[in-house]
Amino acid sequence: MIPYFLIAPSLLFLGVLFLVPLVQTIALAFQVHGAWTTANFTTMADDINFHDAIVDTFAIVAIAVPLQLVLALGMAMMLRNLGRGRDIVLWIWSIPLGISDLAAGLVWLAILTDQGFLNTILLKLGLVSGPVSWLSYETPTALLIGIAFAELWRATAIVLVILVAGVQMLPKEYNEAADVFGASPWQRFIRITLPLLKPSIQTALILRTVLAFEMFAIVQAIGGRNFPVIVGEAFTWQYTNQNFGVAAAYAVVVMLVSLAATLVYLRALRTPREQIG
Amino acid sequence: MIRITTRVLAATMALSLPALTQPAQAEDMVFLSTQLRPVEEAQKMREIILKAGPVPTTYVADFPQVVPTRLAAEREGGKRTVSLVGALHGELQPLVTAGDLVPLDGLAAKLAGRGIPPALMELGKLGTAHQMYIPWMQATYIMVANRQALPFLPKGADINALTFEQLAEWSTAVQAATGKRMLGFPAGPQGLMHRFFEGFLYPSYTGGVVSTFRSPEAEAMWTEFAALWKTVNPNSTSYNFMQEPLLAGDVWIGFDHVARMLDALRQKPDQFVAFPAPAGPKGRGYMPIIAGLAIAQGAPDAKGADALIDYLSTPATQIKMAQTSGFFPVVTATLPDDLEPGLKLAVAAIARTQSAPDAKPSLLPIGLGTQGGAFDKIYLDTFQRVVLRGEKPRAVLDRQAEGLKKIIAETGAPCWLPDKPSQGPCPVE
Repeated sequence: MIPYFLIAPSLLFLGVLFLVPLVQTIALAFQVHGAWTTANFTTMADDINFHDAIVDTFAIVAIAVPLQLVLALGMAMMLRNLGRGRDIVLWIWSIPLGISDLAAGLVWLAILTDQGFLNTILLKLGLVSGPVSWLSYETPTALLIGIAFAELWRATAIVLVILVAGVQMLPKEYNEAADVFGASPWQRFIRITLPLLKPSIQTALILRTVLAFEMFAIVQAIGGRNFPVIVGEAFTWQYTNQNFGVAAAYAVVVMLVSLAATLVYLRALRTPREQIG
Repeated sequence: MIRITTRVLAATMALSLPALTQPAQAEDMVFLSTQLRPVEEAQKMREIILKAGPVPTTYVADFPQVVPTRLAAEREGGKRTVSLVGALHGELQPLVTAGDLVPLDGLAAKLAGRGIPPALMELGKLGTAHQMYIPWMQATYIMVANRQALPFLPKGADINALTFEQLAEWSTAVQAATGKRMLGFPAGPQGLMHRFFEGFLYPSYTGGVVSTFRSPEAEAMWTEFAALWKTVNPNSTSYNFMQEPLLAGDVWIGFDHVARMLDALRQKPDQFVAFPAPAGPKGRGYMPIIAGLAIAQGAPDAKGADALIDYLSTPATQIKMAQTSGFFPVVTATLPDDLEPGLKLAVAAIARTQSAPDAKPSLLPIGLGTQGGAFDKIYLDTFQRVVLRGEKPRAVLDRQAEGLKKIIAETGAPCWLPDKPSQGPCPVE
């Protein structure tokens, strides 16, 4: 009985603050003026920004998440070989974690805007003759790259922290044995470190992908109206258009996409039972 | 962007404001207002304006949606505490329908010499035969230009009586000379671009907003505006307050709400000029934002409210209001020589807009309730499709008109100026 008693508060907490709103949101998405309908989804799909929001969101996820994984893996490996100063390097690398999304967006806005640091530097170097627009609706590629960059800067650290924790748990024996048999560092990384790190990679990918699908503040700061994303549209429908049903429909879309991504990772990166423990 | 944070802070503080206001003293006259709500503005109202007033007044600022509820509750409860109501034109309309306001014909006659423009006084009748509110203060949207742009004005054009055609010529000339697109609009996520369509472009070109939404004139208008947009700074879709790109020099000619350009005029009054928005074939559409003062039915201190309205509409008080808020006088007021030069520019531009011979006042939407956002979206989506994505105006207008019809049908909103009055919901022809 005691274990159940102990987990009861957290269950209650999640039930009240998570499950109830979830059910309410789904109900809201399927209602107009109290009647059951799919009209909210039709409105959402017919809206001018829906297609762009889906494409933009998936584009950022597809660009940022793999790059973040590669970068974080590289950084984690480098950290492994550091002796003195490792903690300081790790600390500096995780600074972006401590900055809010919106603040990170504003930092990058200050860099990329017309009168921003990037243009100032390019101008000083004589590479451009005047301010270049990077973030306007006429330069969708530059805008996408800018936002992907900000997202990379902001969220690679979370992947890194998870991977560093995973790397620290790896038993040294496998690597040493491989070394004895003459495996190159690259072979050891591909054949030993990477497979052993799979559970950490899975966790990091799930967390990162779900959060990337929910990105909002960074995009809002840098792209504004020019770069619609799913959660941004939910926000606009809720507050600007005051149509809670359509906002809820967007929320349901985000939830389904996140669930699907999680399932894909769980299956694709499954660790066989015999490897556990 | 930092501005946004301060706004959020201000909004949060405003939320807690009703809790902070001291309980009205029994003998004080209660003045309930939907305007000058942020703590700082409300405090200035109390400390500077009302302290010098003729009657002891408790100033209560609350959200627009709260005011009709409070008045209805007082009426039904049989205990009226509010004497004076200050609100925007559109917010006062439902109070008349509910029977919460008294006619002010006597007071209107008494104030006849103050020089409130007849068009504004007429608005104060709210469609009845009586004066239901006395215009209190006003704001509108104007244009501001950098003096460096002035040499490129088309020959013979009067900057205070521009047409959209001349604006296009001007902007094209500036672009040809500088190689940059220097015309700017507040089309960012927090910008007020929709008001440009609802209060300026549509009325100027079609003479209406709702009924003429998909008219042939509207089609021609969108084609012309899309051509004008080729000279518009592409960062316009990120601009929320035009004062910032104007001050930064990214934009030389800008359109926005006067309160959102005031910083530019105040900081560099020598560098900028302010002038009315352009006119189209159907006149010079402009959106006056008018706040009025009305007296509640069964007011405990109707006499005090009367005296306070009189005091608030004296030129001296009106100038003081202009100095402490983003609103401007409705009466003829001789501006003092020591008035801040930036404010002077704004006041003059508003006066010219309002007194333009071809002025076509177009009000904020009335009677849409929570559908206001959806209504604005119709115009913004049309803009996005026709201008930003280059779709054909006819198809877009027909498609968007369906959405507009739905909103009007759902709310039953009758036409408001500049559309012709309608029996029942405003028709989309």
